[in-house]
Parts: sequence; C-alpha cells; structure tokens
Amino acid sequence: MYDGGKILAGIAIFLGLVLLPVWHNAVVASAPRPEVKTPTHEKHCVDSAAVMRASHMNVLDQWRDAVVREGVRTTVTPTGMTVSMSLTKTCMNCHANKKEFCDACHNYLAVSPTCWECHVEPKGSSS
Amino acid sequence: MSFIWSLVIFSGLVALVLLGVEGAKLEGLFGIWLPYAAVGIFVGGLIARVVNWGRSPVPFRIPTTCGQQKSLPFIRHARLDNPATGLGAAARVALEVLTFRSLFRNTKAQLTQDRRLVYGSEKYLWAGALAFHWAFLVILVRHYRFFAEPVPVVIGWIQGLDGFFEVGLPVIYATDVVILAALGYLLGRRLADARLRYFSMAADYFPLFLLLGVAGSGVLLRYVWKTDITRVKELAVGLASFRPVLPEGLGAMFYVHLFLVCALLAYFPFSKLTHMAGVFLSPTRNLANSNRARRHINPWNPPIVGHTYAEWEEEFRDKIKAAGIPLDRE
Amino acid sequence: MEKTREELLQIDFKPPAKSWMDPHIDFEARRGSWSYPGAPKNLRYMGYPNPREWSPTDADWKLPANWKQIIFEGMRELLSKYRSFKVFMDICVRCGACADKCHFYLGSGDPKNMPVLRAELLRSVYRKDFTTAGKILGSLAGGRELTLEVVKEWFYYFYQCTECRRCSVFCPYGIDTAEITMMARELLNLVGVNINWAVEPIANCHRTGNHLGIQPHTFKDNIEFLMDELEEVTGVRVEPSINRKGAEILFVVPSADYFADPGIYTFMGYLLLFHQLGLDYTLSAYASEGGNFGLFTSADTIKKLNYKIYHEAKRLGVKWIIGGECGHMWRVLHQYMDTMNGPADFLEVPKSPFTGTVFANAASTKTVHICEFTADLIRHGKLKLDPSRNDHWRVTFHDSCNPARALGLFEEPRYIIKNVCNAFFEMPENTIREQTFCCAGGAGLGNDENMEARLRGGYPRANAVQYVRDRFGVNLMSCICAIDRATLTTMVEYWAPEVKISGVHELVANALVVDGEKERTTDLRGQPLAGKEDKAHV
Repeated sequence: MYDGGKILAGIAIFLGLVLLPVWHNAVVASAPRPEVKTPTHEKHCVDSAAVMRASHMNVLDQWRDAVVREGVRTTVTPTGMTVSMSLTKTCMNCHANKKEFCDACHNYLAVSPTCWECHVEPKGSSS
Repeated sequence: MSFIWSLVIFSGLVALVLLGVEGAKLEGLFGIWLPYAAVGIFVGGLIARVVNWGRSPVPFRIPTTCGQQKSLPFIRHARLDNPATGLGAAARVALEVLTFRSLFRNTKAQLTQDRRLVYGSEKYLWAGALAFHWAFLVILVRHYRFFAEPVPVVIGWIQGLDGFFEVGLPVIYATDVVILAALGYLLGRRLADARLRYFSMAADYFPLFLLLGVAGSGVLLRYVWKTDITRVKELAVGLASFRPVLPEGLGAMFYVHLFLVCALLAYFPFSKLTHMAGVFLSPTRNLANSNRARRHINPWNPPIVGHTYAEWEEEFRDKIKAAGIPLDRE
Repeated sequence: MEKTREELLQIDFKPPAKSWMDPHIDFEARRGSWSYPGAPKNLRYMGYPNPREWSPTDADWKLPANWKQIIFEGMRELLSKYRSFKVFMDICVRCGACADKCHFYLGSGDPKNMPVLRAELLRSVYRKDFTTAGKILGSLAGGRELTLEVVKEWFYYFYQCTECRRCSVFCPYGIDTAEITMMARELLNLVGVNINWAVEPIANCHRTGNHLGIQPHTFKDNIEFLMDELEEVTGVRVEPSINRKGAEILFVVPSADYFADPGIYTFMGYLLLFHQLGLDYTLSAYASEGGNFGLFTSADTIKKLNYKIYHEAKRLGVKWIIGGECGHMWRVLHQYMDTMNGPADFLEVPKSPFTGTVFANAASTKTVHICEFTADLIRHGKLKLDPSRNDHWRVTFHDSCNPARALGLFEEPRYIIKNVCNAFFEMPENTIREQTFCCAGGAGLGNDENMEARLRGGYPRANAVQYVRDRFGVNLMSCICAIDRATLTTMVEYWAPEVKISGVHELVANALVVDGEKERTTDLRGQPLAGKEDKAHV
C-alpha cells in the first residue's frame, strides 16, 4: 500500500502553506512601501532619519517618561535642537497628517501603537 | 565533542554572514540569492524526501495500539489511542502532531535505594517540546505581516494576543520569551543529563543552535539592534512576488537573522528535522487497527507457499494412520 | 544461576566513558546475555544462507567473503520494501523519551539497550552509506563504517530486543524498535548470523507443523494424556477431534499449550469449555502451531510458517477459526496473516453459535481470539460459573506485549478473569496495558544460555509482581501468551517464587460448571480448592 494520493495531497497542502506569501502576492499584488512626505519648512528631525525609522517609538517613549514622570518638558536633541518633548506639538508640527505619516507605515506593518488612546488626534490632521 | 563541533559550525555561519555583509558588501547574495536558494532547497528537498519515503510501500498494517481495541459491543473502545477507522487514525495523527500525545505519556523510571523500580510522571520534555513548536508556529505566522499588503486582519489579532500583556516597547511577544526558554531547556537537558549527552550527536546540537540563533537574532532585531521594518517588508514582498529589490541600510543584525533562517531551511531536508513530514507517515500511528476487519495489501507479497498438507501427510503417513487421524489419501 | 538477585540489581545507569560508536563486545565476558547460533542443520533445512558451525566467542564468524556487499544490498532491498524502515531511519530526533522504557535497559543499565541507541547501531551504518550528509561528513553526521565488529554488535543487541514495542508507545513519531530489530535480523540472516532458539523452532514448525517438532501421533497422545488428567479432576471425558473435515471451527493454539506446564492447564481449559458448549470444532495435527518464530527471523519465514493455517482451514472446510492464548501468534494472526496468506474468502464471517454475536472485527481474517469468544459467552450468560473455585488464587493479569500493543486486547481477558475469580488485583499502571513490561524471553530469547539477560530484562515485570504480591498477597499471574507462561515461570521462580503463572482459560475451566461433572476438590493443577483441602487427594 502506497497511499500515493494521500501523500500527494499532503505535499500539495505543504506547498500551499509554505509558499503562501508567493501565492498571495501572485493573486493580490502587495502595495508598495509607503513613501512618507518629508516636511518642507524644517530640514532636521530630532534624530537622524535611520534612527527615526527604526527607533522613533523609543524616542517617544523616553519623552513620555520624562514629561509625565519627571516633569522635564524640553530636551536637546542629538541634532542640536531644543524642542518640547511633545508628540502633538513637536512631531506633528511637521508631520501634521496622522493618516499620511503615522498610519501609512503602521498599517503597512500591522502595528497598532497606543499613542492615540491618550492623545487626541489634532484637528484637521486627517484631512 | 559533538557539542563543540556544532558550536564551531554555527559560529562559522554567523562569522560568514557578518564578513559577507559588513566586509564584502554582498548584500545581494545574502538578501536575495541565498534566500531563494534556501527556500528552493527546503521545498524541493523536503518533497524529494517525502516522495522517496512514498516510493516504498507500507507492506503491513502495524499500528501500535495504545488503548482498547474495537471488538465486542459491551467493551468500551479507545477511539483515539486505538482507532478502528481511517478517520480515527487521522484523528490520532492530528492529536500526535498538535498535542504530542505520545510524549505526554512519558514517564521517568528510577531504581530506588532498596532496588525497586518506580515510575514517575515526566512531563517536562513534553511541555518544552510543545512550547517550542507552538511558539515557533505562531512566530512564523506573525511574520506573514512582512509578506502581504494589506496585512490580513487575522495576523493583527494573533499579534494582539501574542502581545496581550503590553509589556515593553515594542511590546514583548509571549512567544519570543517562550521559544527562547523552551530552546534553552531543550539544549540544557541534552547537556545536563548524562544519558542524553551520551547519545546526542552534532546533528542534535546543531539545529538547536540554529534555532536559538534565529530566535535570538530576531529578538535582538526587534528590541536592540533595530532596523527599518518597512524596508524589510519591501525586501520580503519583492522576494515573494519575484521582483526582488534590495533596500539599503537593513543592518548586519537583519542579515544574521535572515542567513540563519536560510541555513535552517537548507539544512532541514537532510536532517532529523524531516520528522515534521515523517510524523505523518509513521505506520505505527497513521493506520487504523482494522487488521482483521479489512485486508491490507502488500504490493510485493512474495509467492511463497509453505509446507503443504499433502507434503506433510506424505512424510508422516504411517504415524498419522497409526494414530487413527484421518488421511486425505489412504 | 551464577549471580544472586542482589548482584543482578547492582545496575549502573551512568553511561560509560567510551563512545557508543565503538562496537566492540567481549562475548566471553558477557556469557549469559546471548543466545547460541543457529545449528547448520536447521539453516540447511530452511535454505537459509551460510550454514556452518560457529560461536559468538570466535574471532572469525565465517561470514561469506562478500558479506559487506550482501548486507548493503539487503539493506537497499529492505529500504525499498518497507516505508517504516526508511522513515524510522530518517526521523529520530533522539529526544530520549524511549531511553528508560526498555526492560533490557532498566535491568542492565547497558546504554545500547536504550531503544534510541539500539536503533542507532543500524542507523549509523545507514547514514554512512545511504545518506548524502553521512557520505561526506562521516562520523560528524553520525555515520559509522560497517565492520565485522559492527555485525557482532548487531548480533548481540538485536538479539537482546524482544520486539515488545513498549518504546514505540512513548515515541513521539511512533518509531518502533521491533520493526528496526526485524530489519536488522533480516540483514543478519542474509550472512547466516542467527540464533538456534529461533531457527530450530522454525525448522521444526516447517516440517512437523509446530515449533516443538511434535509429530502427529505424539500430538494425539499428548492431548489424550491431558484429557485423562482433565477427567481425573472433573470426572468428565473430553474427546476433541483432530483433522476432522466439516467441523465449523478450526482451533489453533501455540504448541507449548499441549506440551508443557503450565500451558497444558490452559489447553485443558479451552477444551473443557468447548466440551461444555458442544462447540463443533477440530484441532489440526498439521496446523498444530499458532505461534510463528518467523516473526523473529524474516518476513518470508512468517509467511511460510503461517501458510498452513488458512491452507488447513480450507482443506478441512471449516467456517472460521479460533486462536488460543498466545502473544506473538496473535501479532501474526492479526497484523500479518491476512496480508500474507489471505484473502480468506473461503471462510465465513465468524458468528458465535451460542450467542449469535457476529465478530465484525474479524470479518476479513475470520479469526477470533478465544478471549473475545469467551467474554461474549459470559456477557450473554451462556456459562455457569463458580468463581469460588478459584478462591485459592489471588490473581493479577500480565498484558502480553503483542495482544496489548498490536491488538489492544485489554478488557476481554480482564472481563473473563473478573467473572471467574473473586480476587483480582492490577499491577501498577505504568506496568500494564499498553505500558506492559515484557517477560524478556520473547522473540527467540527465551533460552537457557541467555538467562542473565532474561532475568535482568524480566526485572521490571517481576518488580511489579513483587509489588502486588507484597501488597495484596497475589499468588498467581495470569496471562494470554505461551511464551509468557514458559518464561515468566522461570522468572518469578527467581524474583518472586511465591507467585505462579497461568493462562486465563485455566481459570475459566476451574470456575466452569460442567454438565455431569463430579464434585471438584482440586483445580486443574491438582491443587486443593479453598475449603476442600481435606477432600482433595493430591
């Protein structure tokens, strides 16, 4: 007894599962990586682009702790600016549009940060 | 010795990718060509292995029965541990694959001071193995977010569950902790137990190092040496859609992670890791104990004829006759 | 016996310093743990390769000049014939769950008796010559050169496995060491390396119809003698028929049942039961063996020896077959007979003539286990039983390996025993049912020269017997296997001498109230019944 049919079915299931990303992209082409617009009126962010791309959440986390727990409200950034440690005032001053800036990448990677559980999305930012 | 060898080879692999990416700038090789090759070897190799197994028949139906057979109506039948139908056998295999049923039976035998044998329940291996495999599966599924845009909503749910405790930033996944702990246990027991150490081979340590390397580098990549994961996804989607692009600045740690995954994939079909497929083909588990109810066919059943009655009667004719036992040919 | 119990129990589970890959065995020092080689006359009679006089202690085992090639070609062939062999060679992860499940390991502490390493002995050679990694990396990939020393090591360890399959219960992939041992024995057989305790019964069985070489007239004499004994105890004359055409049922038993104590009492039990029922059955002096030592040698031999059962059933024109209490016989009848020598389309689906029960689980092989048959009778109230006639016994039940792990025949014998005995006690749960421990004398190893290995391997079973003896006063271990009845007897004599061994149907016959019987004062063994000590003429 060979049970060839069952083995072939098993192989088909294996191929279906293990190469799912390939089938998926063949059927529904994945959208490209979102390009975020950089602000025109400000040339420097609070850190280098590479650091901000990988670790912005840690920057925000440190700011939150400094402001809320230690009462320190301003900081000097590695790029030499003195800024108020505020998501809505500092970050969103340049990156004003949550949808286009924050959500574009977060949705792209199914990340759901908890920022907006406390912060109110600035008015008009989503337009 | 085999432990050292495995460690040496594993370290060599890590050194190789670091040199390749940081020194020789071979990102294209490590980012695109090796992943393709590794997936090709994994898929092709594993299928070839299974087809090779499949080319040999199962001549006899030899389930190991671990419960009461189906016989008389008043006797309770153990449907899962001694299935009587193909469906029951499928359920038995499912139970084996999903819950490690057999390993759950594990006991530990000990000889007491007064030389009695006692058997204690020993569930650590079961728990450790099950924890590792399930954590690994969940982690694999979670990685699907890198391969599809939009990300299927179910992936988000799984991430949410996995990060349920919302500890740390980025949120620490339970599976990350579990997989490292479980792999640590699986490696530790091999080293700590003299008996296991005695028969463990390089082929036992090496996959554990690879897996620890993959999981460890993944954790480091998430929490310590971070990378821009939008670019990682760009690479992943490019690979999956056969339009590979190589984003810049993915970082050495990312390449270490990816290369160890490739090494694991390429090693897989030539190693004991093929138990992933083999467990489905084990004839002591995947066959119904319906031996007396339905005939099992052996394709190579040799045309052997035993000592026939006629030959027997011929040889013992006088004695049969003297004993008054009836003869076929007087 | 040269060693005392205390000496045997100085078991050291600490693995030795030398690597397991070193195959050397000092056969002289390990006398008592190996069996004598197959005698040339038996090999010749069976047409097995390389018949010659040799001893494991010899430096030269007189293998054929091209022995290596023979083994490799044999291995290639077996790999192409058995998926189990391929899969079991490839997928073991050496998790160690099997390690302390083997009775030989528990009794000896010899690490190569751990099922994982027993399999590695063969697997290492497979890896070296049949896998890419092994060919390139050699010992680093766990590969090992096939040398003469390895063949000797195989002989030692694959004839120190009773194919009991306890390890396969615990293996997460169901790797079955019995299957691996069977493959190894096939390979060893190809170069004439086998044991006489397996090949002599095979040669006997092929010629006379049974392992013991009992010829037709002696077969009849033995049975008549046993019926005389039975008449003395019960006052009832039982007249079984032999080779009778037109009977409804062919009854097949292991030959030890009509040959040696204590199997003979089980045999008397079967026949007394059939007599009381008025069952239309016949014994066969030709198909006079249900057991099949082919199982311990090669698949071809299993088929050759098993051939006679259906052949005889067809010749006699019976409707179906009942098989007696025997372990490996039942593995063959259950898992091999139909595939090898079926289909039994000339027989009818078994139906109990007394209860009308159709044995649907035997619809294809048409072969019913006597415990299934009897349990059904009891359930339907067809037997008048007086369990007090077993009150001199405090009984435990040993699940024989094959009925346990190849059939799952757990409740039928227990149901019977509980109906024919008043005092029944289970051994600890890790030692019964699918986790039962082997007698350590199966698979051809139940010979005297192998006694130390048997006593050691039997200790896990014996230790459980000691437990129920001490705790519940158990004095009888019942079982449904002829090899058990022979080898456990020796074993309990050594480890727990107060305990005796019996078959289940011996107990049935003790309790069975038979028409026209005299007042029973003794059991079938001639031992006085409880409360009848004064009346018994022992």
